[in-house]
Amino acid sequence: MNFALQVLHVSGPYVLAALAGTFSELGGVINIALEGILLDGALAAVLAAYWTGSPWLGVLAGVAAGILTAALHAFACLRYEVDQVVSGLAVNFLAAGLCRFLLELVFGSSSNSLRVETVGSWGPLDPFLVLLLLLVLAAHWAVYKTSFGLRLRSVGEHPQAAATLGVPVLRMRLWGVLLSGALAGLGGAWMSLSQHQFTDGMSGGRGYIALAAVIIGGWTPLGAAAAALFFGAAEAAQIVLQTYGLRVPTQFVQMLPFALTLAAVGGLLGRRLPPAADGIPYSEEQD
Amino acid sequence: MPSTAAIALRGIVKRYPRVIANDGVDLVVDKGTIHAVIGENGAGKSTLMKILYGMVRPDEGSIELAGRPVRFASPREAIAAGIGMVHQHFMLVRPLTVYENVVLGQEPGRALRWDRRQARSEVSRLSKEYGIAVDPEARVAELSVGEEQRVEILKVLYRGARTLILDEPTAVLTPGECEELFATLRRLKQAGSTILFISHKLKEVMALCDRVTVMRRGKTVGEKACAETSREELARLMVGDMEIAESKSSDFRYEAAPETALELESVCVAGPHGRRALSEISLSVAAGEILGVAGVEGNGQRELAQAVCGLLPYYGRIRRAGRAAYIPEDRHRCGLLLCAPAWENMLLGRHREREFSSPLSLDQAAIRRYGRALVSDFDLRPPDLEQRAAAFSGGNQQKIVVGRELSKSPRVLVAAHPTRGVDIGAAALIHDRILRAKAAGCGVLLISADLDELLALCDRIAVLYSGRLMGVLPRGQANLETLGRWMAGLEQA
Repeated sequence: MNFALQVLHVSGPYVLAALAGTFSELGGVINIALEGILLDGALAAVLAAYWTGSPWLGVLAGVAAGILTAALHAFACLRYEVDQVVSGLAVNFLAAGLCRFLLELVFGSSSNSLRVETVGSWGPLDPFLVLLLLLVLAAHWAVYKTSFGLRLRSVGEHPQAAATLGVPVLRMRLWGVLLSGALAGLGGAWMSLSQHQFTDGMSGGRGYIALAAVIIGGWTPLGAAAAALFFGAAEAAQIVLQTYGLRVPTQFVQMLPFALTLAAVGGLLGRRLPPAADGIPYSEEQD
Repeated sequence: MPSTAAIALRGIVKRYPRVIANDGVDLVVDKGTIHAVIGENGAGKSTLMKILYGMVRPDEGSIELAGRPVRFASPREAIAAGIGMVHQHFMLVRPLTVYENVVLGQEPGRALRWDRRQARSEVSRLSKEYGIAVDPEARVAELSVGEEQRVEILKVLYRGARTLILDEPTAVLTPGECEELFATLRRLKQAGSTILFISHKLKEVMALCDRVTVMRRGKTVGEKACAETSREELARLMVGDMEIAESKSSDFRYEAAPETALELESVCVAGPHGRRALSEISLSVAAGEILGVAGVEGNGQRELAQAVCGLLPYYGRIRRAGRAAYIPEDRHRCGLLLCAPAWENMLLGRHREREFSSPLSLDQAAIRRYGRALVSDFDLRPPDLEQRAAAFSGGNQQKIVVGRELSKSPRVLVAAHPTRGVDIGAAALIHDRILRAKAAGCGVLLISADLDELLALCDRIAVLYSGRLMGVLPRGQANLETLGRWMAGLEQA
């Protein structure tokens, strides 16, 4: 497999999670729960593929598990106005524990599942990569060309303004978070199915790195996807460097994404402003 | 009897837990006219407009549009009935373009993929038709305040509103932008729209409107045709009848030599748009004197208070004889930590004093002693030092603020609307404590929108208009005619 393909493969879950984070934050909800959603999606995909023997049902299960996990986050943030970072962290811990429990229960192992089939290739094409390309384009289209995107951005920027024009703020935000769950759930399914198994803690911080990609990408789907691709490339480069035994300490390569994130957050890469109401709960009661 | 008025609000009552915002308000607006609703802050104008716009539901009363009774559960229903509101604080999504802001929520075209071209052309058409100059493609973040307001008006027109509510639309505009706004509103009126203009600037109301309704303390106190009234009459209606109350002031005399407590020399404060919020203010307050500052709100009172307390940068000189205390006009924003217990609020700003602290910790026993003394002196109810400030009634919250400030034994006291939104009992107590401070030699600058309050307490009364000092009168010579003319900006001493 040549390097470019390898980069795309490694990047897939990053890109999907970054798109997920973009949708959630454009609507005004910070989604730290991406990490947990990836994990739940990964395990659900393997479980479904294991029980049904169909990797495609596994993909569907991953998406469904992602939506369910995101719904939990949305319920806490939108219905009860829980601090979004706290709720996200709670969801992550919950997901980690739940996955370990189910792993033990179903496979009797504390580290990994049994082997499952992955989705077959379409001729020379990898279905995941085709899906990824379509989703990136669709995300851009949805955000900038549809009335859904316009309304989603408006509730993330100035929910009161949207509300006075009759846009249902909380419903729009819910859609943003659920969409986020679907995308990250798919990312999780990709992670586990392409490895043919689920391993405990296999999300490995990808959800958090995806949030950095959202920031570097300036809260645009294409930008987030590009930044995620870069992080994927860094990870792939690390694998390559290890393979060829180059004498660059891998720790430095591993640091690269995080150094870049710091630079981006510090404004060195050109400051992009987040949605103005990002992370701020909206209450429908006035006065 | 069916009415032909565009809007008829009758007997509107809206009660909040501790205040009656609207207490039987009537408002009848003829079709195709510009109708002003004026009144001081807190008179109930905004609540009334929110009721008309469906944001707040009234407890009593009826609303009729063109003779048909209506009841709005949400702004959406009001919009559908042809009512549009231009909010005081603009409701615009800044990263989006002008036309996106205008059509948001009612995008033209198909369900998922909306028609940008149609949106743009629709917005240009409206902007041409009503002479509202703004580039549909511009991003809102790049617009001036005046242009932002035009976008707000376009939003309302796009939704087909025939009745426009403008809530203090000129507060943020430059004089030139005001003129343009007025031209736009006149064109809208000619096109048959009905306009409700909320303001407390009398000059604008007289220049623009056909009729005017005056509100005071949640009630309508008058309705006039602008052609048949005067700024003085309106100012008088807004601030209330001037019953020369028996002054309590003379009972509280400071016997020592009358040195100066506070002196201002040519004080200027910069305002928005390169204007001056305060212009060349020179005045002095003697120890043991209460100087009242009257005027229609928004004419520099807030800046004066904040400059004297050192909260705003200013030009000129301000001399204080000693420690200054400040009773801010908005106790929730500036006076209290709402989530902190009463005793912490009583200690605020004094926590480093020897009396209450050692180098390492607070002296809880001393603080409790001081707190209990304040509680009994101000009759705080409930007398609970641990209760959070937010849980007290408005009057008792204000007692905490006033008690804390006066406990500093100040030489200068700036009191801004010290009894606003406070029940009568607490107001009397606060008045008494201010008079006692005066008797103890404190120089008091008392800012109030309530002439009765000023006349009851002050030794002299100054009037601010448009950031300038119009004149100062000793209490004995204060008469409604002169004060009214000063407040309306018609004449200077």
